[in-house]
Amino acid sequence: MWLWFHRLASPKHFYRVAERLNPWLGSATLVVLIVGLYWGLVIAPPDYEQGDSYRIIFVHVPAAWMSLFVYAVMAGAGAVTLVWRLKVAEAVMRAAAPLGAWFTFLALVTGSLWGKPMWGTYWVWDARLTSELILLFLYLGFIALQSAMEDRRTAARAGAVLALVGVVNIPIIHYSVEWWATLHQGPTVTKLDAPSISLTMLAPLLVMALGFLLHFATTGLIRARCELLEGEARSGWVRELARRRRT
Amino acid sequence: MQEFLYMGGYYPFVWPAYGLVLLVLIGTPVAARRRERRILRRLASQEPRGKTSA
Amino acid sequence: MVRAFAAILGRDLVLALRRRGELGNPLVFFVVVVTLFPLALGPAQETLARIAPGILWVAALLAATLAMEALFRSDFEDGSLEQLLLSPHPPALLLLAKVAAHWLATGLPLILISPLLALFVNLPGQALPVLVATLALGTPTLSLVGAIGVALTVGLRRGGLLLALLVLPLYVPVLIFAAGAVDNAAAGLSAAGPIYFLAALLVLAVTLAPPATAASVRISLG
Repeated sequence: MWLWFHRLASPKHFYRVAERLNPWLGSATLVVLIVGLYWGLVIAPPDYEQGDSYRIIFVHVPAAWMSLFVYAVMAGAGAVTLVWRLKVAEAVMRAAAPLGAWFTFLALVTGSLWGKPMWGTYWVWDARLTSELILLFLYLGFIALQSAMEDRRTAARAGAVLALVGVVNIPIIHYSVEWWATLHQGPTVTKLDAPSISLTMLAPLLVMALGFLLHFATTGLIRARCELLEGEARSGWVRELARRRRT
Repeated sequence: MQEFLYMGGYYPFVWPAYGLVLLVLIGTPVAARRRERRILRRLASQEPRGKTSA
Repeated sequence: MVRAFAAILGRDLVLALRRRGELGNPLVFFVVVVTLFPLALGPAQETLARIAPGILWVAALLAATLAMEALFRSDFEDGSLEQLLLSPHPPALLLLAKVAAHWLATGLPLILISPLLALFVNLPGQALPVLVATLALGTPTLSLVGAIGVALTVGLRRGGLLLALLVLPLYVPVLIFAAGAVDNAAAGLSAAGPIYFLAALLVLAVTLAPPATAASVRISLG
């Protein structure tokens, strides 16, 4: 087990494992997402208060969860990058960032599409949406830093520091935004929280969350492969791979 | 079917939300795969011709 | 160690005083930005008074961010930043001295001029001490957190805008608690709660930011 884990730290081996996992993860993602979509859109009964509009929850909440989870993955990989300087960790961190930004973007847009029928406007400075917006800024800062630095390894280590600073800050930002939201409590703002979520709604929600997680694993590994190929372009195993691709 | 598409009147919100999510969920892996293939093609073109093994 | 800290602090302050022109820029920027608001919103006293805490804090935050960029620039160019890493003293401590000197040269003047600007935007009088207190507690935190971003972007040619992009989201808690405290005071409420939070953030920044800055400098210098 430990040996297996150790070998995963080598870019060549990681690439091969990721390549082999890809079809399995891909099909699992597809199946789980289709089941989740059917369950959420067709089987789950409409909410007695929000009608069918609440169905946005099945994509909004998983996207919001993923936006935080991916940042945690980035920070974890960043810590490994700084401590052990593993190229695999660098690749995972850089692969995760744009996906996290996409999940954050989806959480924002679906949240605002849900907000329109609930609040009457597309955007309300509600605590959760505001935190999510700032999280998007954190992701964009990380991506901008990566593209601004020419040397890949320097960029990765700088990004790792930024991701760790961000992860320390996220709870503080979250808390401060909550405090701010209670300070400026608007007149009769309906809470976005699902009213006492029942099992018929929770089950498809969890299925969708699993689907999003699998999607991140699938896409993240493909992207990590790209990062490894670019970072290791001159090493023997990548050249071997490229040669085989020709024939 | 029509009732399903109507979404209790919330169709202008539910369907764009799901549509956008699906677009991103499909777009990101497809883009990643194409990027990988592009990288491999570029690397292959840099390799000297004629050799098939190291 | 204390002597090394004091030596760097003194050296940087002398250097800052020699470049007085550059020193004044953030200050002028602060004044100009605050002036723009009445021009955009109209001179109605009640409107201005209502949003004065926000105006003052956003302007101070932007001025502080703009001033940050120069924090390590000359040291990076003449190689003394590299020297600093080689010194026998912990680099985090020496960098803390540099940040402290930078704050004394750029942050402190913002605080000193803030009462005048508070007058411009008609901030209620009882909120003025709270404004000064939040600036005194908040801007050092901005400098400490900003220093990490400066260290990460110091080697880049056009780091200015990128720096703002990196650090502004991290400034959110300071902005919220500081503007919230001034807002409370302007409304005649107690501002103690958010001020405690600002103090806590400052303590957190003093302990955590310098090591992160040192790590970032090391990465940037390769």
